Amino acid sequence: MSDATPFVTVIGLEVHVQLLTRTKLFCGCSTKFGAAPNTQVCPTCLGLPGSLPVMNRRAFELAVRAALALDCTIAPFTKWDRKNYFYPDLPKGYQISQFDLPFSSDGHLEVVDPKGAFAPRNVGIIRVHLEEDAGKSMHDEAAGTGDSRIDLNRAGTPLCEIVTQPDLRSPQEARAWLNELKLLLVYLGVSDCNMQEGSLRVDANVNLHIPQPDGRIAKTPIVEIKNMNSFRSVERALTYEAARQWEEWRETKAEMGKTPKQTRGWDDPAGVTRAQRHKEESSDYRYFPEPDLVPVTVSEQDVAAARAAMGTPPTELRRDLETTWKISAYDADVLVNQGRELVDYFEEVATKVGEGKVASNWLQQDVLRILKETGGSITDFRVRPAVLADLIGRVTRGDFDTSRGREILAQMVADGRPLDEVVAGMGIAAVSDDDVISLCRELLADNPKIVADVKGGKEQAAAGLIGQAKKKNPNVNPGKVRAICLDLIRAMP
Amino acid sequence: MQPLELSAVDLVAALRQGDVTAVQCATAFLDRIEATNPAINAFLHVDREAALSRAADIDARRRAGKPVGPLAGLPVALKDVLCTADMPTTCASKMLAGYRPPYDADVVARLRRADAVFVGKTNMDEFAMGGSNENSAFGPVHNPWDHSRAPGGSSGGSAACVAADMAPVAIGSDTGGSIRQPAGLCGITGLKPTYGRVSRRGLIAFASSLDQIGPMARSAADCALVMETIAGHDPGDSTSLTTEVPRYTDLLDKPLTGVRIGRVPEHFAAGLDPEVAKGVEEAFAVLKAAGATVHDVRLPHAKYGIPTYYLIAPCEASSNLARYDGAHYGHRETAPAGGHRETAPAGGHRETALAARAAGAAAGFESPLVEMYCRSRAEGFGPEVKRRIMLGTYALSAGYYDAYYAKALRVRRLIRQDYLDAFQTVDLIGGPVSATPAFKLGEKTDDPLAMYLVDLYTVGTNLAGVGGISFPCGFTKSGLPIGFQLQAPPLAEPLLLQAADRFQRLTDWHRRRPKAAGEGRA
Repeated sequence: MSDATPFVTVIGLEVHVQLLTRTKLFCGCSTKFGAAPNTQVCPTCLGLPGSLPVMNRRAFELAVRAALALDCTIAPFTKWDRKNYFYPDLPKGYQISQFDLPFSSDGHLEVVDPKGAFAPRNVGIIRVHLEEDAGKSMHDEAAGTGDSRIDLNRAGTPLCEIVTQPDLRSPQEARAWLNELKLLLVYLGVSDCNMQEGSLRVDANVNLHIPQPDGRIAKTPIVEIKNMNSFRSVERALTYEAARQWEEWRETKAEMGKTPKQTRGWDDPAGVTRAQRHKEESSDYRYFPEPDLVPVTVSEQDVAAARAAMGTPPTELRRDLETTWKISAYDADVLVNQGRELVDYFEEVATKVGEGKVASNWLQQDVLRILKETGGSITDFRVRPAVLADLIGRVTRGDFDTSRGREILAQMVADGRPLDEVVAGMGIAAVSDDDVISLCRELLADNPKIVADVKGGKEQAAAGLIGQAKKKNPNVNPGKVRAICLDLIRAMP
Repeated sequence: MQPLELSAVDLVAALRQGDVTAVQCATAFLDRIEATNPAINAFLHVDREAALSRAADIDARRRAGKPVGPLAGLPVALKDVLCTADMPTTCASKMLAGYRPPYDADVVARLRRADAVFVGKTNMDEFAMGGSNENSAFGPVHNPWDHSRAPGGSSGGSAACVAADMAPVAIGSDTGGSIRQPAGLCGITGLKPTYGRVSRRGLIAFASSLDQIGPMARSAADCALVMETIAGHDPGDSTSLTTEVPRYTDLLDKPLTGVRIGRVPEHFAAGLDPEVAKGVEEAFAVLKAAGATVHDVRLPHAKYGIPTYYLIAPCEASSNLARYDGAHYGHRETAPAGGHRETAPAGGHRETALAARAAGAAAGFESPLVEMYCRSRAEGFGPEVKRRIMLGTYALSAGYYDAYYAKALRVRRLIRQDYLDAFQTVDLIGGPVSATPAFKLGEKTDDPLAMYLVDLYTVGTNLAGVGGISFPCGFTKSGLPIGFQLQAPPLAEPLLLQAADRFQRLTDWHRRRPKAAGEGRA
């Protein structure tokens, strides 16, 4: 509980993630997003009479990989169940899901804020299970009476449902944790987690724990929030909902258990949650084992294979970067959060440069800035790691200074020419030490006041000389100018 | 050459040798259907042109020396529960009247590849729910041995069409006895294979964990021939078995010496018709004479078979039939007959829709969608289907699941264990197929429980997932067939067929034809 609020916000999340399979969970139809409505369908995902499901092994493997990365226990025996309800985008009248024997349970995922905005939070995972997605309904909302249209392209797409313990304690934590989860799943190659295309969807359960004068903790009724279309919306919706529940508590003193769980929808433009109508059928899905599928047994070899396919998860990768390249936790966090491709790029540059910190600085201050400006990705960034390493090496050697280096990088990005050509084209030639010494003598002669200040112990006054040196010859190395000037002044009688 | 009088085995041989052409053969059966079906109502759909053109194609290929399939030219009737891409598939329900599937069931595809000629789709109890064929939305089937009697069900059309010589072979499906019981009541041979032996893909589901497709024909040898085509692994059915399919026809002609047949004393308790009991006992005597030995075995949980079956099957059915909601295909009803639409004011779509919504709300529907669901299902399904959907929905509901469905699953495991235990001491279990011969149409329609009891001797096979065969073992004084049933351990179809075939080499009950359907033939 923070000092500012007289309550603790308690949050649990339910995340649906679309798995990166080429085909659907129980048939061979494509899962590609954006096709014309009802073009990626077959008798099975249309739920036509007589059609049968056959499990997509690839989907199961990806799901196991995700669960392992969340440190879940993988069940040696798991089965499928039917969740029965009527809706036009559910053509069979039931969804094939997992009820009492999910393939995995009991894991966790920690989220750490490198800036320390909140204490590290280890969030328990109750279960991860697999299920098929429903289709998409498009309602004529405006008239309220027009026809609804159904697109079943999405019906049967494999989804992983991840259910957390109510371990999160603030909307900021919830957002940060979702970012960490998304990062993990993208690293694993399990999902692209694209919220715009619906491949990641979040529902949140939230209530308040309010300490009472008698020492008891009062708990407000749990509310489930739906319709949040971005992690930012999740944070905003939870912030709004916590405040709303606080107001409601002050008015009604209503506690959990006395009213049924409420579902509220997030209205993003209005910035409010609104109560949704209770669905009578939602209380009883009449789950029972799916007789058209056989139970799945998972061997130790299967688990080992999934573990081998996992690669290095972000948490581990951050630690690796810190120890291998001696960069700060913050820097490691920034790099890792950009994704596996950027980390690979960084490690190649750092290896060639032979140092991590300078490579990390160039990536964060220059490469990431350029990518942000151009909207590009690291995989199609024109300046490949070896070239950037070459550029950084020249700066370190003193061929030219950092700001010139930046100009060169920008030029290479702009027209794609090789490093040497850009350097030559910009008239940058290495300045000889003799040239620098004679330039410095000139400067000292022109600036008796600075010379006197330095002699009097104010070394920082030498900075004024560097600006002048760059005006006379833009290609000189400022560090070198400074060092030589100081040497010359010290050598003066 | 009279195709109607040949067994499927002989017919295939005659076609191969050129003694009869596929067109002559198809014509003979199609003519027979035309003459006989109006009185029997075994077929819901017959496509004479398509069948003849298919037969002509097979004849042409054979004449040209091109390869033809193992059943080339053999007429086959298909229960209307099997999806056919070129014929309507209705499950004898108003819900699917006129429905045309976009694909063939796996068995249909296999039969096509074997160059069988489909003569039509056969009548059945709606969605395979029933034991008399009176639950068809398109009228009952009449038993060829006595038109006032039921043929049994749910594969009543398939059984009757074979009994009445309208097809040498029909395909049926058996969820609780739906192949064996009508075969018994119509005096033909029907095999319910081990669960998973024949792919269920394209079989419109009633109860997925119990449904199994099988052949219905005049003899065990004919069933063996068809099994060679329809059995086998289908990667499109997750419950399909991968075990290799034997050459059933090669395993037939063997003596029964040393085969141990179990006899369940409880099968001969009160309720069994004395004439049926006598016929069944005589069948045991024939099998003994053929070299088998007969031993009493116990199936201690068999008495729970009917209640267990009537929980598990409706539970699965309530879910399997949820897809028929009027939204995507099948029967749709948005307003009562002469209802909302007429009272709607003249005007645009919006005015009409608003008026309909108001009328629906007044009638107690929470939305036009729910009203469409309710009306479509209320009018599309017949009373027995609705009864089972309600039973299953209730038994799966929160608070009832453990007492009904979960308990039924546990009893089912006990029943299966009974069978596996019994098969430690015997190779087959014999007995009656049903307690009485064919009953009168209308006799049990007002008493669902009495109707459910017609499955008494057959549901155990499905609950245990094993195989069973039914074949005629005598006739009552009034001339109705009496059926005998053999059940076998998983995948022991060769032994089932061998025993039934041996029995049929020693008896001629299976050769008798009904006079009623015979148009004066003796």
